[in-house]
Amino acid sequence: MEKTLDLKFNYTDKKDTRSGFGDGLLEAGRKNPNVVGLCADLIGSLKMGAFQKEFPERFFQTGIAEANMIGIAAGLCISGKIPFTGTFANFSTGRVYDQIRQSVAYSDKNVKICASHAGLTLGEDGATHQILEDLGMMKMLPHMTVINPCDYNQTKAATMAIAEHEGPVYLRFGRPVWPIFTPADQKFEIGKAWKMIDGKDVTIFATGHLVWEAVIAEAMLREEGISAEVINIHTIKPLDEEAILESVAKTGCAVSAEEHQYNGGLGDSIAQTLIRNNPAPLEYVGVDDSFGESGTPTQLLEKYGLNAANIVKAAKKALARK
Amino acid sequence: MEKKSTEQLQEVASQVRRDILRMVHQVQSGHPGASLGCTEFFTALYFDQMKHDKNFNMKGKNEDLFFLSNGHISPVWYSVLARSGYFPIAEMSTFRKLNSRLQGHPATEENLPGIRIASGSLGQGLSVAIGAAQAKKIDGDDRLVYVMMGDGEQEEGQIWEAAMYAAHWKVDNLIATIDLNRQQIDGPTKEIMDLIDLRAKYESFGWEVIDTLQGNNMESVLIGLEKAKNLTGQGKPILNLLHTEMGYGVDFMVGTHKWHGIAPNDQQLADALAQLPETLGDY
Repeated sequence: MEKTLDLKFNYTDKKDTRSGFGDGLLEAGRKNPNVVGLCADLIGSLKMGAFQKEFPERFFQTGIAEANMIGIAAGLCISGKIPFTGTFANFSTGRVYDQIRQSVAYSDKNVKICASHAGLTLGEDGATHQILEDLGMMKMLPHMTVINPCDYNQTKAATMAIAEHEGPVYLRFGRPVWPIFTPADQKFEIGKAWKMIDGKDVTIFATGHLVWEAVIAEAMLREEGISAEVINIHTIKPLDEEAILESVAKTGCAVSAEEHQYNGGLGDSIAQTLIRNNPAPLEYVGVDDSFGESGTPTQLLEKYGLNAANIVKAAKKALARK
Repeated sequence: MEKKSTEQLQEVASQVRRDILRMVHQVQSGHPGASLGCTEFFTALYFDQMKHDKNFNMKGKNEDLFFLSNGHISPVWYSVLARSGYFPIAEMSTFRKLNSRLQGHPATEENLPGIRIASGSLGQGLSVAIGAAQAKKIDGDDRLVYVMMGDGEQEEGQIWEAAMYAAHWKVDNLIATIDLNRQQIDGPTKEIMDLIDLRAKYESFGWEVIDTLQGNNMESVLIGLEKAKNLTGQGKPILNLLHTEMGYGVDFMVGTHKWHGIAPNDQQLADALAQLPETLGDY
């Protein structure tokens, strides 16, 4: 379907966002000797091997012990180290929530919690590993910055940016090979939404892998004479409320799109912003209070309605409610 | 700081005990039992053993660092910090009150000098201390990292993750101390969750373990800490099993879990203070 569409963003290559993390970490490590890495027995999956090889004295294998890894990272911060912890999103959040809450967030420690294999696109491993609640858990913590980049290039840029940001960060990325449609030389500004496509009828706020689906949805809507604005919300917290309100003031309705539960996700953050400032129709594209299951990423995104076709439907619904 | 004699350290300890009781009494809330039991240890650390700077710097480079994992014994820590000059002793009167820097459990949010991380939710402090110790190794900083844990706290799983890690990574610039008072909130550890043999457990995890059998005797505490220090730098993390009595120093509080988290009333405070000379002046 996408080949016949006139897309505003195109790609020549595909890669997994976790590789963007691995490559970004290596560069951050080269730039700043305070950057250290920790991993709970998933170095290959997190693409942390290159960093480990180049900086063995700054890398700590913790074994399968995520709670301890978070504590060690918090301790490393005290003398000014910048620890990047790596494990799956599930084990980076729910499994260690209290450790993050007390030793990292409440203690305002400069830990970068880097979480791969988030969401349904993990695929065949099934619901035990497909966390869809992590953004909500992390954004509720005071002091925490929450970032969910959309492709390899943006993930790499985000990884390097958080090394220079003082304070705890949750960085979420994934496993599937995904189109690279954002520029390699982009400057990643934490908390600053990126308006990718101008439009006037409806705004699509998307985060993570679903930004690509939003780009496709825009082209599909355009074919039907509907002008959609696409905004890339790579930073869930702090949320760029100004960009959101400015866009919705123009379009009058919106869709949120994310690989996460409705509850606690990007959609909820946008809804809060709108309801307090400029109530407008908002439709959610996300997972509606259920766990995932095994399948290929494409099959799962289709079954759970997390694709361009469903963003189009949601946009039309939002338009009808104007 | 001028080196204090054992007698002088005992005088400090007496004042620290008064501070603990007065703080907890004033707000009718807090944990006096284990605070009293660890008073010799905290006094020995802050007034004799550690190289530390009362002009607090979070990074603590070229200083010995201390972490408290069982954060509920904050009164004893706050007292030694104030008496060491980290903050005015008068501030102890704000303990556990609204807008205080002396939170119920130690925290960094209010920037209380001397505190480097929040604790209270148990089981986390050993990991944090290990991380801080590894950072010192990266930096070529040869000072030590101390951490205190409770014995009941050994029931938390994270402790054993950390114990395994510290031995694997040869974190030998770390001295962990367990306050072995054999009590927890619901009763004796033997009845609640039997710790059996902590020495054997830690030794089998690859640690060097020493016992300080008289954890409420200043001389014995100092000897234990010296011994621990001499064992650092030999490839193994060090554990100091500090045998204490909860409530030590006050005859009606000693040796029972009853005073774990209970404040004395006016009469009980008076009875307790009568047993503890006011050596440095009450706050």
